[in-house]
This record gives sequence, structure tokens and C-alpha cells, in this order.
Amino acid sequence: MSESEPIERLVGLLAKLPGLGRRSARRAVLRMLMQPEALMLPLAAALREAAEAVRPCAVCGNLDTRSPCAICRDPRRERGVICVVEGVADLWALERAQVHRGLYHVLGGTLSALGGVGPEDLAIRPLLARVAEDGAEEVILALPATVDGATTAHYLTDRLRPTGVRVTRLAQGVPVGGALDVLDEGTLAAAVKARRPA
Amino acid sequence: MPPNAPPGLRLTRLTLRDFRSYPALETGFRGRIVVVTGENGAGKTNLLEAISLLGPGRGLRGARMGELGRRAPAGPLPWAAAGRFENAYGRFDIGTGTTPAAEGCGSAERRAWRLDNIPLRSAGELAERVAAVWLTPQMDRLFQEGASGRRRFLDRLVWALEPAHAREVAAYENAMAQRNRLLAEDSRDTAWLAALEDAMARHGVAVAAARRGLAARLNAVLAAGVTGAFPAARLDLLCPLCEALGRDPALAVEERLRTALAANRARDAAAGAAAAGAHRADMALWHLPKRLPAELCSTGEQKALLVAVVLAHAALIAEARGFAPLLLLDEVAAHLDAPRRQALFAALAALPAQAFLTGTDPALFAPLSGLAEGFRARPGILVPDEEFPLPECA
Repeated sequence: MSESEPIERLVGLLAKLPGLGRRSARRAVLRMLMQPEALMLPLAAALREAAEAVRPCAVCGNLDTRSPCAICRDPRRERGVICVVEGVADLWALERAQVHRGLYHVLGGTLSALGGVGPEDLAIRPLLARVAEDGAEEVILALPATVDGATTAHYLTDRLRPTGVRVTRLAQGVPVGGALDVLDEGTLAAAVKARRPA
Repeated sequence: MPPNAPPGLRLTRLTLRDFRSYPALETGFRGRIVVVTGENGAGKTNLLEAISLLGPGRGLRGARMGELGRRAPAGPLPWAAAGRFENAYGRFDIGTGTTPAAEGCGSAERRAWRLDNIPLRSAGELAERVAAVWLTPQMDRLFQEGASGRRRFLDRLVWALEPAHAREVAAYENAMAQRNRLLAEDSRDTAWLAALEDAMARHGVAVAAARRGLAARLNAVLAAGVTGAFPAARLDLLCPLCEALGRDPALAVEERLRTALAANRARDAAAGAAAAGAHRADMALWHLPKRLPAELCSTGEQKALLVAVVLAHAALIAEARGFAPLLLLDEVAAHLDAPRRQALFAALAALPAQAFLTGTDPALFAPLSGLAEGFRARPGILVPDEEFPLPECA
């Protein structure tokens, strides 16, 4: 296949994105090249605009064109409840579900001694400062159910204890609409452990 | 069991492409006991390994993907193994092999599985359909080598019955490796250490409880004499966590481990490893008639003990899954004396499981003539062995 240099560069850049290999990148580029006016130039403009305008919120770490972000500025939000997430993707997931009406705090990762990610690499100090200064009533730890996620949750619980704030974690167990017989043993065990009065 | 009773699970056809020493192989199996003899290096173990790879896991050699393809000057070739199985409900095909790494998605080759030619997302779905247990000459050193080999052996036994066990072990080892790293870096972050110790305690106690459960079930089968003429045996766990679980509730054991880890940080940092935890477990296998631990038994007696454990384990799997797993017995007859061999053959004839046996000396398997189907392994091929006329039941 002969790909001229700008095409090859574009394919190479797109292929760096999560979820895209070189094959899908090439397909996307071909599609765009067939309609440069309709697809490519608007995309280029949108990329430039987003790159220049979007920045992390100085309060919670969410991505927005303004800082503080729209969620932090929203007066209808419950200011006493802060939901701690690993990354912005998790924040978006919770927002899509519209299940959390409080504020967020994006950690920027989870603790990983093997991966060289320590407490100083995460937005933990700002979280402690926020909780202390704004007098939050509850911190919800919405972290992944992995060893690193659980370690980070345990660490945060420990560091938040002196502030007296109520710290909660997401439940683990049977998914909504899920049958029991297809669940793996680990999830079933978590569900049985976390059972509650009906 | 009469030899013509239908077995629980039976491999009736095996197809290999560029797998280890086999460029291409297609062979049918009609016997419930299959004997493969041949010289060293003829590909007998490779054949058993291919069968072991038709279920979840890394097979009887625990090999990595890159080791399984047939060697070519440019490196190992992509390989494939496919088996046709029959069970009480009909037949099904399982295929596994290399998926060429998706372009641009890194170079690591991944293994793929197909059930009736439909791709499976994970091998876990196979666990309900196929299972295999095996005994290899590498296990002969189990009682001479360090505890880590015995722990792996034990964990494989647990994992075959409780697939979630592998995840608990991995989570435990992950947390432990992170704690070791922090201690090696002289970290004073007690909250971080405590968080990792909490993970070690939770996962470590889950691991210990699963091992304890397996030992109890296995010992019940061993005591019931399911293993025929093999010596009565008992598996003892040498693990303070498992012992504590016999006395106290799991949560109390977790708490104690957490406290012990926190108290021993300085000592563990100096030693470079945690002094307590699930990674310290060992096991002892007892030859009950002689009242001797396996490491003090003769090589042949050790082999007989291992055969007893493998047969008991197969019985447990049969009980749990509703079908008897395939038995893959590599060079198993060599260390056994004639009465023990006879006992093994009698036990295999009585079990509902399909068994594959390999060996260098066809004469050792002579008592199986008329019961078993025989093959001679030559480099890259299998030839029917005329010394073993196909059993009438086939």
C-alpha cells in the first residue's frame, strides 16, 4: 500500500488513540479523505478549539472550558457530597446515569507501587483540603474493584478519618437485570456479603 | 464400570497444526483408554499438552504462547489445536490457538478459543464443558523441591474446582509485591502500607480458606478409598492461616494477619519478603499405611501417592461438574512396580473418565491390550499400534 506522507502521519497519530489500531485508523482517514469539506475540516477546527479551550477544573479535575467546571458552579448540586473517581471517564459515566447529584473529585489514577504511582502523584492533598475547607458531609469512593482501586479506597478512608467526614464506598454485587447463575463466584460472594434487610 | 458404558466426556478427534513437533496431525480416538508409546522426543508429551490446552489455562507444561508454535527459522509459527468431544448430550468442537496480533495493537500474540466454531470471549466458558487433570514426570520432584512448587500444585487443584481462586491468588500476590516494593524503597507511608496489608489480609485469607476446603474434600475422597489399590493418603496443609481458619472466624484471622503484617514491617523490609501470609503455605502428603511423609517414601511410592491424589481430584471434579475429566498421565507407568501398574490399570478401567497414557516401553502397557486403543508416536505423526487391537466397545 502506498500512503503519502500526510496520510501516513494522520494514520499514525490516530492509531495512538485508545480503541484504534492502524487498521481502524486507516479506515477513518480514508472515510474523511472522501469528504474533506464535510468531515475533515470541521474535525480539524473542533480539535483545535477543544485543545485550546478545554482544561482541567482547578477544583475537581473534571475537563471543561471553564474552571471551576459547570458541575462545580452548578448551584443545584449538593455541595456536601463529594464523589471520588479514578478518572474523568468515570465521572462522565456517573453523569450519564444521573445518579449522583453532588460534586466530584478526580484522583487522576489509583495507587500502584509497582507502577510508580504514589499518593503525591494523585489529587489526594487537594481532596483533603476540599473536605476540610468546604465542610463536606460525605465522601463517596467510586473506585474500581481492583487491588489498586481497593488499596486506594482504603488509603483514602484512612487519610479522611481525622476530618470526621462520612466515607462510603460503592456496593458490589448483582448487576441490575442480571441473572444469578451467570455471575462469577467473586461477584456472588461480594453480593452475599453486602446483603441488606429487604 | 463395564468398559462399554458411556464415559462422561470423551475426546474423539484431535487436529493439530504447527503445534510443537506436529506440522499437521489429524487423528481419531475410539478408546476410552488411549496408550501412546514411542521413543524420547517422539512427541508424546506434546500430544498430551495439546489436549490439556483444549480447556482453560496454560496446559500441562504451563507454557507461554510463544513456546507452543512449531519452530521455524523465522521463529515459532502460529499454531492451532482442535478437539471433538462427546458427552452425554452430544458432541461439540473446541478449538484454540494463536490469533495473529491485531495490526498496530502491540506484538503480543493472544490465544483464542472457539466453541463449535464460534469465538469465545474467555476460556472460562469452557470450564463447564471440558476438564482435564494430569500427572507429568516434572511432578516427580514435587516433594524434593521447594514449597513454591507444591503451592502451585495445590493451587491448580483448587483452581480446577473454583475458577475464582486464580483471581484471589493473583490479587494477593499483586498486593504483596506492592508492599515489598514500598518496604524496599523504605517508604514511611503507613496509610499506604496499611491499605496493601488490608488487601493481603482479605485475599490471603480467601486463598487459605479455598485451599483448606480443597484439602478437606480431597481427604474425604482419599479416605473413602475411591482410588482403589493405591495407598491411603492424606494431604496436610502446613499453613498457619489455614490452621487459624479451623479455630476462628475468617474475619478474626484476617484481622490478625493485618496486625501481624503491620507489626513486622521492619523485619519484612530487612528480609525482602513478608514473614506471614498465604504465600508461606506448604503441603505434606502422607503415605498412611507406612505413616511416612511423601518425601521419605521411595520414588515409586511417591508416584503412587500422586496417582492417588490425581484420581481423587478427578473424582471431585466429576462430582462438582457432573462429568469425569480427561486423565492425562505422562510416563506414569515407568516408576510403578507391576502390582501398582496393575492397580492403576484396574483403577482406570473402573473410572468413567477417558484416560491418555504415554510411555517409552509398550510392554509395560501389555495388560491393557484389549481394553485400550494404542498408538505409536513417531516424529510428527501417530500410527495405530497393532499390539493394541481396538477394544470391541469402541
